[in-house]
Amino acid sequence: MASEPLVRVEDLVKIYRMGGQELRALDGVSLSIELGDFVAIMGASGSGKSTMMNVIGCLDRPTSGRYFLEGRDVARMSVNQLAEVRNRQLGFVFQSFNLLARTSALENVELPMIYAGVPARERHARAAEALRRVGLGERLDHTPAQLSGGQQQRVAIARALVGRPKVILADEPTGALDSRTSVEVMALLQELGREGITIVLVTHEPDIASYASRVLTMRDGRLLSDVRQTPHVAAVTQVTEGAEATA
Amino acid sequence: MNPLQTLRIALRALTRNKMRSFLTMLGVIIGVGAVIAMVAIGEGAKARVEASFAAMGTNLLIIMPGASTSGGAMGGFGSAPTLTWDDLRAIQTEVPTVRAAAPALRSNAQMVSEEQNWSTGIVGTTPDYFVARNWPVERGTAISQSDVDVGTKVVVLGATVAARLYGASSDPIGQTVRIKNIPFEVIGVAAKKGQSPTGQDYDDTAFIPVTTFQQKIQGGLQKYMTGTIFVAAQPGEVQKAQTDVTVLLRDRHHLMPGQDDDFSIRNLAEIAGAQAEGTKTLTTLLASVAAVSLLVGGIGIMNIMLVSVTERTREIGVRMAIGAKPRHILAQFLTEALTLSMFGGMLGVILGTWAAGYLASQFGWPTLVRPDITIIAVGFSAGVGIVFGLYPARKASQLDPIQALRFE
Repeated sequence: MASEPLVRVEDLVKIYRMGGQELRALDGVSLSIELGDFVAIMGASGSGKSTMMNVIGCLDRPTSGRYFLEGRDVARMSVNQLAEVRNRQLGFVFQSFNLLARTSALENVELPMIYAGVPARERHARAAEALRRVGLGERLDHTPAQLSGGQQQRVAIARALVGRPKVILADEPTGALDSRTSVEVMALLQELGREGITIVLVTHEPDIASYASRVLTMRDGRLLSDVRQTPHVAAVTQVTEGAEATA
Repeated sequence: MNPLQTLRIALRALTRNKMRSFLTMLGVIIGVGAVIAMVAIGEGAKARVEASFAAMGTNLLIIMPGASTSGGAMGGFGSAPTLTWDDLRAIQTEVPTVRAAAPALRSNAQMVSEEQNWSTGIVGTTPDYFVARNWPVERGTAISQSDVDVGTKVVVLGATVAARLYGASSDPIGQTVRIKNIPFEVIGVAAKKGQSPTGQDYDDTAFIPVTTFQQKIQGGLQKYMTGTIFVAAQPGEVQKAQTDVTVLLRDRHHLMPGQDDDFSIRNLAEIAGAQAEGTKTLTTLLASVAAVSLLVGGIGIMNIMLVSVTERTREIGVRMAIGAKPRHILAQFLTEALTLSMFGGMLGVILGTWAAGYLASQFGWPTLVRPDITIIAVGFSAGVGIVFGLYPARKASQLDPIQALRFE
């Protein structure tokens, strides 16, 4: 299995039908993502990058084509098996954070482990650990409303991280953040990447894509280019709350 | 994911919107409360009817003389004296299913004590009457067989009459009371019996030996008896006793097959049964009206759950993205609906029990809260929660995660 990449898609096609019209969101995409890659998927809106992300994230099924995650054929999985894959092998980070309102950071991070059936004590410990990992060890009891955007995104990253996934899928994770907090979040993702977690990032900002080691560019549902690059190192220049994690 | 966690998540979601949760529950609270209170009223009425029939004696038969016919005009029952004293003796001695039988001759008369006077019904009877009607004498003694044999002028007062003539506290035993100007000695006071199903006061009466009644009140001995006969059947043998007595009397009166009875027998157990049936119908009616309001409460739950699913579409999407299976989402929303309806049901029980107590104390309506109805009502509200919660919960569990995540 050493030769089998983490993610392998072959000739992916996704067609949406809207009012009799066919929209080819993915039009024959083939690619592989190796364990430990930090991949940025770029493209204008409508290029199919979000659909690509949803398919890789097992939230959506392709119309045709094949998708192997760690060698397992995702297309053949049931709804429940897909849910398990999302729970155990994948972690999601969204543009709008998507934390549960009026629920503490700790409980937000515990949520995936509730569905995984992790016992309460272990759940608390692991959630607290994940929050310390993203530099929010002092804010376990804070609700999303009591946290800044950057902090909320870090809670979301902790939530993605806590299930010990192989891949973290980040859909425009900095889209709702200012440039300084964006750098902080990217620094955190790079650090997770260095620890061996595969990261797939969707963005339309070249700045953000520059932190990745590989950039896939999409247009009209096709892969336009696949470039490996030396990533920029996201450096946090000022002393911020994120510093306690990176220090 | 265990049920306790599901419950915790549900409780959290519900307490986030306390006012809405309460208003949603209100339908079920009122529904269950109404069921409990309405059934309590129905059951209370039934219990009162049953109690009054029990006071009358449920294994009691009342035999009345037949109807007279004069020139084609039929008199009512009792207008023709067809029962004889020999008939009474035959019933007493020849029918094994009869425990006791006693005559009751009636007349209204003015009773005068030293201070007061009171008009009441005088009943001429025998010692068996108190047995037949299961009516003990509370103070003093009852009429004895020797009183009947001799025709002594003694009287046993009903509780109401005793209170009217002598006051509730004083002891009338040994006092003299005049009936139709004839002095009688009060030898006893009967125990309080209460009201008949039609609200008549059983205790407003006085008893004297039947022979004394014939001689002093009615005037002169007669072959036919002009009152009724009270018959107490052996326990559980009312129907048999009624048949036996009918056969005996038809034989004694030489009635041919096909000829009508010249007497009539009232079976109180039958009347009591019919009355109980009536109140049962009332209870069913009240309960079904209340059940409709419970149903409306259920629809309220469904409505709010649907709103809640729509509102929380994004949350559902997030939960699915991080690994919730459809059944987890189903369980979550179903538990919310069930919690609303069960909790509402329990509050409804409290409300209904309180309402029943309030009605009982305020309006003097008899009410009876039945534990089995309480359990059924809570169970039914749980059923309402499941039935009406299922559709919204299924809807939530079948959402497409991507659509749900994009929902604004």
